[in-house]
Amino acid sequence: MSDSPLLELDAVSKRFAIRGGIAGSVRGHVNAVRQVNLTVQRGEVFGLAGESGSGKSTIARMIVGLLPPDGGTLRFAGRPVVQSRAIQMVFQNPGASLNPRRSIGQSLSVALAAAGVARAARRHRIADLLGLVQLPADTALRYPHELSGGQKQRVAIARAIAVAPRLLVLDEPTSALDVSVQAKIMELLVELGRSLGLTYIFISHDLSLMRNFADRVGVLYLGEVVEIGTTEALFGRPAHPYTRTLLASIPVVSAAEARLRPDIPLIEGEVPNAADLPSGCVFHPRCPYAFAPCTDQHPAFTRAEAGQTARCHLLAGDAASVHDMTTREQPA
Amino acid sequence: MNGAASGALLSVRDLAVTFDTYGRTAQVLDGVSLDVPARRHVALVGESGCGKSVTMRAIMGLLREPPARVTAGEIIFEGHDLLRLKPRARMGLCGTAMSMVFQDPMTSLNPVFTIGDQMRAILAHADRRLGRRRSRAERHARIIAVLGQVRMPDPERIARAWPIMLSGGMRQRVLIAMALLNEPRLLIADEPGTALDVTTQAQILRLLRELVQARGLALLMITHNLGVVREAADYVHVMYAGAVVEAAPAAALFAAPRHPYTRALLDCVPMLSGGGRFRGIDGAPPDYTSPPPGCRFAPRCAAAMPRCRTAPPAFPVGPDHRAACWLVEAA
Repeated sequence: MSDSPLLELDAVSKRFAIRGGIAGSVRGHVNAVRQVNLTVQRGEVFGLAGESGSGKSTIARMIVGLLPPDGGTLRFAGRPVVQSRAIQMVFQNPGASLNPRRSIGQSLSVALAAAGVARAARRHRIADLLGLVQLPADTALRYPHELSGGQKQRVAIARAIAVAPRLLVLDEPTSALDVSVQAKIMELLVELGRSLGLTYIFISHDLSLMRNFADRVGVLYLGEVVEIGTTEALFGRPAHPYTRTLLASIPVVSAAEARLRPDIPLIEGEVPNAADLPSGCVFHPRCPYAFAPCTDQHPAFTRAEAGQTARCHLLAGDAASVHDMTTREQPA
Repeated sequence: MNGAASGALLSVRDLAVTFDTYGRTAQVLDGVSLDVPARRHVALVGESGCGKSVTMRAIMGLLREPPARVTAGEIIFEGHDLLRLKPRARMGLCGTAMSMVFQDPMTSLNPVFTIGDQMRAILAHADRRLGRRRSRAERHARIIAVLGQVRMPDPERIARAWPIMLSGGMRQRVLIAMALLNEPRLLIADEPGTALDVTTQAQILRLLRELVQARGLALLMITHNLGVVREAADYVHVMYAGAVVEAAPAAALFAAPRHPYTRALLDCVPMLSGGGRFRGIDGAPPDYTSPPPGCRFAPRCAAAMPRCRTAPPAFPVGPDHRAACWLVEAA
């Protein structure tokens, strides 16, 4: 039993209606998430990377039970996912996710009450929780506006762990913070993960941060997983051209780091509208290596290396692997 | 030393700005100095609250006074001290000789006018102010030319489009095109590309680099992202708590940072290699209404000496790579 994954997503899809006009009639659909398969093991940090519109937040909301899937199943510890204390979420903007009219102590108390902690015991638990996130005990008496962004995010983390969850979904937990604060928050999350035995789903557009925090990473593009692999494999030998494009676009702070970026011709253009998906491989209009089958055949997952698969025609059959493509002619 | 002597297009010297708040005064800029030479790409980098936006607003004349007050310093642009120019003369430079690219491409455009309308309004306004005569067709030709300069596909179609029809990256290009309309010598860009996805950001940075190299613009870029600075800038100023603490050519700064704050900040950046230190900085920036008497970074500095807590280190003048730190002075 303990070997079974903590979380399984099996062919999960989600679509949203586009409404318009005075009557709000349905004008079409956006297939925001399509056929996503993922498994997350106990104690693992699983990263979901992608740009805006990739579906990463929609997947997060389905995992915590805030949105029902339209297709496929999500299973947590073998049972269908429902909203529960076992799965908690830390949101992106700590300024907006804390009630400004409640003191920090009151906010935490609400979470503890939900977890069934008796009133008499709550005060003690609040002090414990604040200690866990390395805030002074008198923070309980303060209001969100008195705290810095980093302190607010610590409170949000304390609130999430107050109900003793097993899985924590971190949706861009540091994107609103300065780098000097970000590093501190990540350090705290690593420590809590270890001491409380937490499993994390870490959602971020920041791949450098992902590299330092996640054990395995799934790369999303336009609502589907295009590559999944261990952090080592995915960053060391990215197989999908989109993963390579993403890695090549990261601004880095040293020449040594710059050499780690894959060599791929950077293309102009942006992520297409999710309401009007390209045929075949969804990445083909922006892919420098697109060839005949890419325009009309949707690629299946192909194993690239141990623990790494990607949805790309280059990896299947006789086509040269993407690693060999860098030496071939590059479009100007 | 004035702008002409240092050969810079823009020279900010010992700029001090205070803000009045609830009966107390916050010393937000405490002697900021920086140079932007012609045809160079200069970055001003720092974390939130360090004063980089206030510096930029002071240069563009966009500070609200009160509560802000410029208490000392000079801002010399092409030999004129902007702080001593008559308001009319100063406004005559803004949007023409120097112009600005605002941060948020999603909210900086007017949603009810087409891109062409908005660009025409900018041109017409500048033409009136500068006493230039231009026909409608000439203005249109200029708009199409500038949209082409920012690598916009099909400029005629873009000019007819409303902002909502464009993606974030396209809107960012439109904002850059607007800033280029009146052929500025200096472009000030506030966090260019930060609101965009990383692949789009890379395209915007390439465009800015091209504008500096091919069109001979000087660019002052304000950002919090050290990676962006290394990718794009020639020269860097690092700001902390209202002062420039280190200034150096980009290559030198990233190869051998000298100020303890710059070093600590670089250690905070997560590495693509997964190596490096990746640790934060303890403590918080000082309260600007009662900053520490010595170096403003001393309370958070691992290498602080007794002297750092009593006397602020001066910012040395002259060499290409400078740091305001007693440790560097001693070396």
